[in-house]
Amino acid sequence: MKTAINEFENNILNADDFIKPETVKEEILSKYPPKVARKKSKQIIVNRKGAENKHPEIQANVRTIPGIISQRGCCYAGCKGVVMGPTRDIINLTHGPIGCGFYSWLTRRNQTDPSTTPDGDNYMPYCFSTDMQEREIIFGGEKKLKEAIQEAYDIFKPKMISVFSTCPVGLIGDDVHAVTKEMEEKLGITIFGFSCEGYKGVSQSAGHHVANNGLFKHVIGLDNTVQEGDYKVNLLGEYNIGGDAFEIERILKKCGITIISTFSGNSSVDFFANSHTADLNLIMCYRSINYVAEMMEKKYGIPWFKINFLSAEGMSKSLRKIAQYYGDQKLIDRVEEVIAEEMPAVMKAQNEVKPRLKGKLAMMFVGGSRAHHYQEMFREMGMISFSAGYEFAHRDDYEGRQVLPNLKVDADSRNIEELTVKKDPERYNPRISEKELEEMEKNGIKLKDYEGMMNEMPDGTIVIDDISQFETETLINTYRPAVFCAGIKEKYTIQKSGIPMKQLHSYDTGGPYAGYRGAINFYHEIDRMVNSKVWEHLKAPWEKSPELAAKYAFE
Amino acid sequence: MLLRHTPEEIKERKSLTVNPAKTCQPIGAMYAALGIHGCLPHSHGSQGCYAYHRSTLTRHYKEPVMAATSSFTEGASVFGGQSNLLQAIDNIFTIYEPDIIAVHTTCLSETIGDDLPQIIGKAEVTGKIPKGKFVIHANTPSYVGTHVTGFANMTKAMVDYFAESNGHKTKQINIIPGWVEPSDMHEIKRIAAELETPIVMFPDTENVLNGPQTGKYEMFPQGGVTIDELISTGSSQGTLALGSLASSSAAKALDTKCKVPCEILDLPIGIKATDRFVDALRKMAGVNVPDSITIERGQLLDIVTDMQAYLYHKKVALVGDPDQLISLTEFLVSIDMMPIHILTGTKDKNFVKRIEKITADVPYEVNIASGKDMMLFHQWVKNDPVDLLMGNTYVKYIARDEDIPFIRFGFPILDRIGHSYFPTVCYRGGMRILEKILEALMDRIDRDSTEIEFELVM
Repeated sequence: MKTAINEFENNILNADDFIKPETVKEEILSKYPPKVARKKSKQIIVNRKGAENKHPEIQANVRTIPGIISQRGCCYAGCKGVVMGPTRDIINLTHGPIGCGFYSWLTRRNQTDPSTTPDGDNYMPYCFSTDMQEREIIFGGEKKLKEAIQEAYDIFKPKMISVFSTCPVGLIGDDVHAVTKEMEEKLGITIFGFSCEGYKGVSQSAGHHVANNGLFKHVIGLDNTVQEGDYKVNLLGEYNIGGDAFEIERILKKCGITIISTFSGNSSVDFFANSHTADLNLIMCYRSINYVAEMMEKKYGIPWFKINFLSAEGMSKSLRKIAQYYGDQKLIDRVEEVIAEEMPAVMKAQNEVKPRLKGKLAMMFVGGSRAHHYQEMFREMGMISFSAGYEFAHRDDYEGRQVLPNLKVDADSRNIEELTVKKDPERYNPRISEKELEEMEKNGIKLKDYEGMMNEMPDGTIVIDDISQFETETLINTYRPAVFCAGIKEKYTIQKSGIPMKQLHSYDTGGPYAGYRGAINFYHEIDRMVNSKVWEHLKAPWEKSPELAAKYAFE
Repeated sequence: MLLRHTPEEIKERKSLTVNPAKTCQPIGAMYAALGIHGCLPHSHGSQGCYAYHRSTLTRHYKEPVMAATSSFTEGASVFGGQSNLLQAIDNIFTIYEPDIIAVHTTCLSETIGDDLPQIIGKAEVTGKIPKGKFVIHANTPSYVGTHVTGFANMTKAMVDYFAESNGHKTKQINIIPGWVEPSDMHEIKRIAAELETPIVMFPDTENVLNGPQTGKYEMFPQGGVTIDELISTGSSQGTLALGSLASSSAAKALDTKCKVPCEILDLPIGIKATDRFVDALRKMAGVNVPDSITIERGQLLDIVTDMQAYLYHKKVALVGDPDQLISLTEFLVSIDMMPIHILTGTKDKNFVKRIEKITADVPYEVNIASGKDMMLFHQWVKNDPVDLLMGNTYVKYIARDEDIPFIRFGFPILDRIGHSYFPTVCYRGGMRILEKILEALMDRIDRDSTEIEFELVM
């Protein structure tokens, strides 16, 4: 089925009247100052497979060009906002001036259900900050931080507190790790800090790494209780935007698969603490959480593989992969039953929207994974993901993990701590033997692997890393796609151009889009946006035909 | 319960802020800079700042909010951000071609002590600023003041950089509108037009942040005060500064720099503050107030007369920014309502004094605080419940938990539309506030009345 679709895509993308992406690339670069053009030429790639059927190399995870108007945010946003934000029962205290805490307060649409943990704690609707003032910048903020932790403890009695460093904290040299350690000893609860100053790294990505390290060092492994369940997995890199994790939980439960912990949608620190008892780590957003997976494998022997629960096809493939991994006929059969139960509704929705969407172009520039995950979803609607790119990904997200050994670590990445992880003397327990692993590889179940986005994109598509506002405008004005996907900052520049814009970070107001019901929601959402009546009204009658046909005689 | 951990008991906190009723300076500077025609605001700091400010303003307006950043890395934080800013200026003028770049600083660049005038001077001498184009700046350290301070600082920068006296007075008046919505700016301009008084308004975000859907995106939309207009402010007859916190520093700078006399007024929200504004404008311009304005005033009063029963002695809790709250409290008191909890996150000496004075006759104990947070505000409400809450979108969590009618007022409003199109200033704005108050209170009566008491006519 996929080959047929690829052919269909190829026919459109390689038609004579289709504007060549190479021309567009040239047009973009010609506007830039030479230095910028040189750098950007390595980040704007026409995805044409060469002689060896290899796609070209792309430059990624490099410094943002000042003044270029990038989509990117900072290290703090990746650490506090993305990875730690969705966890409900920890007090996330921002150490810095008020802004950083304020802007990351409830703005990411992470849903959570506190009724699933006995204490019902939920601090997500709160914003905690030390609200640093000038005197702390001059005399240091450690005292205020200490006091703030004490006050948070006195009022809320939380089971865990974490502290996030903002730019000035690093500059004035506050030692958040010493303060949190001291307060942990004093108060007897888990307290730890993150060095996630906004200037670290080149994007949010640095913050993901910092958050992964913090979770691994301070939380994962705190509770050795072994839970009931035949197939126990952790779901990594699923943040429950618009309820995605709920739909995934529903399906996995139906299959008889138990989720020990999700990192970090609908999560509790209690689940994190226990997550090392799972059999398997499933990775959704590879970019933001692969570090935890690798470290858990080294320390506890938990294998991981990449899955994609976005799109019906992706969901089914991933379920089958999990079932194959366990190799248990009962699970294999159950998964097939579930797929058979869920698919009729999906196909009905697909068939409904397809005639209205088939052959239309979609573009998506988000994140470190979703620009890839959503391509399958658009394919299911008959649409073509003609152009895509990530905001903060690395080369392996584009090209696959085989590039890892050749990646150069630059100065901006070097300042993010790389933890040295060893086998846990007591708790290391390889879930599968080397032999079993070989067997699996033979059967096509690839563990510890990610093929990247560019592999799956048809020839002649255009891939842009860290897309700028100018590049966005050039793309949409040249190709007038049926839908463009990015984030809130881009949203209205696209829509003002008369092109529907779907946010794929926060999902606008929609969701869930994961799993089967999610896919149905997404098909309908795109159908609604693309075929909305609003686009018919853009021109007023007098703008359509400005000349008066006749004049009244009395004039 | 959403805010389930907020205790009723109020303990004094010295170091922990919970649920802030303010944010940081740079976002205010960005908003003000968007009110200059053809301007690209620029954040001199790490790129997270500009991403957050753009996101928040975008969510508030549902409009494009364009800005650029110096994208500091660790290296820039150690060695200074000069080369980042020079590169940014060059790239921005080459790629995006604005008329002007308005740079504001951040906690990062302020902590390391980047010298903006020096860097801009260097950009000038090295030819990075094309002829006829401008780069201006305001210092907006996030650890001083709040978003309102940032707005005031960038507004003052417009005066510092551009206002020039031409030696004789031009028949026009400067109006600094304060941190209000594009719709409010439009309303103030409309009133001035009714008084046939030429004005220069700065900043002016009308037609920048409430633009039409045309199918064609313009990075630099029609609206905004022009550079020529800003230059001319130095020759105006006088300045009316609305909202002392947001506008007085620019007005005073104009007075000092160009000898343009100023009058600092409250934001024209409600009857009395609007009366003072219209009166001041008429006197400064030497014109008569046309009947059309007096009729609008009368219409506002008419609603108050007709609906008094629903307003009388209803308790209200307000949270927001000082300039807004001073006028709003005065309005509520003037229509026999009882604002009893009034809190701002911005530290402001005058605020508490002014509110005390305004609420002196309220027959109830009134809580007033400046420089405090929304958790305290919530605790006040828990201890002494009210009939109505007014504040930004974050207040909806309190409203839901405590089951109290709620009107969105202030910044940011992330979950409703209207504020960018329909004003809350002047008489018509007062009518809109009243409509909102009455709808909230009367919907509640409809919801809570028994079947026996349920009324058709209200």
